[in-house]
Amino acid sequence: MMLERRKAIATLMANRPKDLFVVPGLGSCTYDMASLGEKDSDFYLWGAMGGAAMIGLGLALARPKLKVAVITGDGEMLMGMGALATIGVQRPANLAVVVFDNRRYGETGMQASHTEHGVDLVGVARACGIARTFDVQDQAGLEALSGELAALKETLFARVRIAADDPPRVLPSKDGVELKLRFRRAVAAAG
Amino acid sequence: MENQTGWPDQLFDVLKGADIRQVGYVPDAGHARLIARCKADNDIRDVVLSTEEEGVALAAGAWLGGQRAALLMQSSGVGNCINMLSLINTCRFPFLTFITMRGEWAEFNPWQVPMSQATEPVLTAMGVKVYRVTEAEEVADTAQAAADLAFGGDMAVAVLLSQKMIGRKVWK
Repeated sequence: MMLERRKAIATLMANRPKDLFVVPGLGSCTYDMASLGEKDSDFYLWGAMGGAAMIGLGLALARPKLKVAVITGDGEMLMGMGALATIGVQRPANLAVVVFDNRRYGETGMQASHTEHGVDLVGVARACGIARTFDVQDQAGLEALSGELAALKETLFARVRIAADDPPRVLPSKDGVELKLRFRRAVAAAG
Repeated sequence: MENQTGWPDQLFDVLKGADIRQVGYVPDAGHARLIARCKADNDIRDVVLSTEEEGVALAAGAWLGGQRAALLMQSSGVGNCINMLSLINTCRFPFLTFITMRGEWAEFNPWQVPMSQATEPVLTAMGVKVYRVTEAEEVADTAQAAADLAFGGDMAVAVLLSQKMIGRKVWK
């Protein structure tokens, strides 16, 4: 049975350590993270499509002692696919990019994305020099990935194949200045 | 171009003085010397980008982590950044970019001209404050003023370095 996105995000974050900061991509991944409770340590994106992985890179480079997880959709990753090349050059040990792949553009009406037509994001990540990759299809794989995030020590890319379901939206703050300021305070508090 | 002297070194000194710790760039002849200086500095992380908009998002991420970043690009790259500047604008991130102009003076390539003409209007439309430098003697002071405004005032600031200056002073 295919993974449902809300159960998947809950499993992924079940062992979330205090030093893990999350950048969810706009749309469904932002709602998924908000469904776990709005947190200062999550920088919810409502725009900047194609930029999630690069925000994660800047953060990871600035704070090498923290762990950073970018959790975004296949459409968002496709728009900024060059970021995987850039991350492949930098390879910070504390950065994970996780793509929730439902092969759809959920926000605009579930139209097929490139991954529906066979584009392989794990293959792209590997070809860009990210050696530690995961292609997650089931609950056991998800639990393993959750452990990987909690003990992150090498640049990681994961594709999580999820069902094209459409759970109710859970909306976090969309005030960019508020999101920025509280995230920065949380980062500073984490040391 | 890496044997450039003068203003690129002064620009580097401003970046160091402003405690810039991440520099995103797409390789550029006009910025060659400055990029080389950044790469050689142990306290600056140089991040080569596949497209300029990555550098906008990188700067936002750096600031979220408490570091200052700068983006080096040429005028054609500004067009690649437009929507990503929404991130800077909406969240009021400080943002500092130095842009070498193409297509405005003694340009041999007409394909550079449209984006050159659009550079300042596009930046202004996205909420970026624009400074222009046409003389090498103005670079250090203007760059410092831009850094002060960006990080002192949480503003987005671009410094446009004129092709005339780069050409006359550097491109022998």
